[in-house]
Amino acid sequence: MTTWQVWGALLLAPYVLVFFVFVLYPVSYGLWLARNPESYRTLFEDPIFFTTVVNTIFFLLVAVNLKFVLALYLSGFFVHDRRWIRWLSVIFILPWAMPAIPTIFSIRFMFNPEWGVVNQTIFRLTGLDGPNWLTNPDLAMAMAMGVHIWKALPFWTLILMAGRLAIPKELYEAASVDGATAWQKFKYVTWPSLRTLYITSTLLSLIWTLGDFNSVYLLTGGQPADKTHVLATLGIRYIRLDQLDHAMATIVVALPFVLPLVYFMMRRLSGDEQKTSQ
Amino acid sequence: MTNRKLLSEAKLWLVAIPVLLWTLIPIYHIFLFSISTKDSAFSGRLWPDHPTLHNFVTVFKQEHFYLHHFWNQIWNSLWIAVAAGAITLAIATCAAFSISRLKAKGGRTVMNAALFTYFIPAAFLAVPMYKAMGTYGLLNNRWSLVLAMVTLAAPYAIWVLKQASDKLPWELDEAARIDGATPLQLFRLVYLPLMVPSLVAIFTYALLLTWNEYLYAFLLLSHENTIPLAVGLGHFLASDDSPWEILMATALIYGLPPAAIYYAFRRYMVGGLTAGAVKS
Repeated sequence: MTTWQVWGALLLAPYVLVFFVFVLYPVSYGLWLARNPESYRTLFEDPIFFTTVVNTIFFLLVAVNLKFVLALYLSGFFVHDRRWIRWLSVIFILPWAMPAIPTIFSIRFMFNPEWGVVNQTIFRLTGLDGPNWLTNPDLAMAMAMGVHIWKALPFWTLILMAGRLAIPKELYEAASVDGATAWQKFKYVTWPSLRTLYITSTLLSLIWTLGDFNSVYLLTGGQPADKTHVLATLGIRYIRLDQLDHAMATIVVALPFVLPLVYFMMRRLSGDEQKTSQ
Repeated sequence: MTNRKLLSEAKLWLVAIPVLLWTLIPIYHIFLFSISTKDSAFSGRLWPDHPTLHNFVTVFKQEHFYLHHFWNQIWNSLWIAVAAGAITLAIATCAAFSISRLKAKGGRTVMNAALFTYFIPAAFLAVPMYKAMGTYGLLNNRWSLVLAMVTLAAPYAIWVLKQASDKLPWELDEAARIDGATPLQLFRLVYLPLMVPSLVAIFTYALLLTWNEYLYAFLLLSHENTIPLAVGLGHFLASDDSPWEILMATALIYGLPPAAIYYAFRRYMVGGLTAGAVKS
């Protein structure tokens, strides 16, 4: 080995060490803990687990898709070249820029059924009691999706905006000359150029949304009666109950869904890498 | 302005106003509570009759049961965030230099391992990580959170730094080699100076990620002397009749610095992944 190769290995070593000590060993050990079929049997018999799986599927399907349709629409709004829209986009980023706790707690208080500003306003305007936003499990799950969208929408809007800005303006000008309507411009110019990015982003967001602990835990804490858990919060709940094998089993159950997506994303980013290095 | 133009302008405002309200109401709600007295906080008014800074005084003087360790917690938050930022930066810079410029053997495999860690949901990795930290005897030690956050931040850091350093011209390396420079000299005299903007961005990224983290913090740290402010804020939820106005004042103190830092470095923060994703 030349000096250069030695230095190459030396400089790479710290991260390799971190990966082995804090990723590879923990994950292998965790999978080993989760090898017992018995933990899956008891997990599947836990009624909370079934509710959680249903919640998680709904959360992923509804929140992610709603978020991306909104992001797609808003990215079209924010690419307008106006000074005030640029300012608005700076404000629009706030939910993403701020840490999760303050804002999610704020939303939690706003929707408190008794004292929250939302139900107080409903009461003042109509004289009726507002809905139990956070104590009705279905509503609470919907609220958690709302929180997730509130927090993550700016990021994906920015990503799709960058995608829209990369489309050559001449295409739109040509379409205008041909008398295309706004919808036709979207269908024949914007969407074909944006489709790959939109789908990649959606898949990436699916994985990350699966790991969204804060939107659910900080809003409902899984309550009432542990009916508003998703897999991410359920795993942590089992840790708190000192049932580590159940916590690991919860995660292993999601792996057949997560790993293909992770593999796909890795392939995509590595593929991009090859293109640039050539 | 013609009618047509006016109409299209009105359409834009029709989108802008709901977006503005949707974005700002929860944030304004924090601010409103933090400057309200306990009574007026719950009156449902849009502006308090007697705005007050009293809540902040209570926080700074640690005059509430939940806040007895406020300064200690904010110090922990800062210490952990700076340590995680610095270590992430050091590890990721070395790795990116090695993979991108020295073309180290196995560099590609390491990059893939990093990407794998990046894509695995953090809440899933938390479970085995918690167990491992217990095995290492690090639970309730601030280093456990520092190291966990380095593990979470380093993959994206390496990827971004590698992308940035791939763009540096090869002629620099060749010239340095011909002049007989050692790898360390190349790293110190050529590479680092050229990478400064990316390095600043990555340090900021890791710093903010760590300061904002809640899940790992409350899993790994529970002793009142080691917890960061994020976990301290979580304690307010222990009872239903929490002093919301004081919690919101604390939350504002906790949330504003990272938001300010984010805006200062906004240009760099979203750039990395966007660049990668948009390319295709």
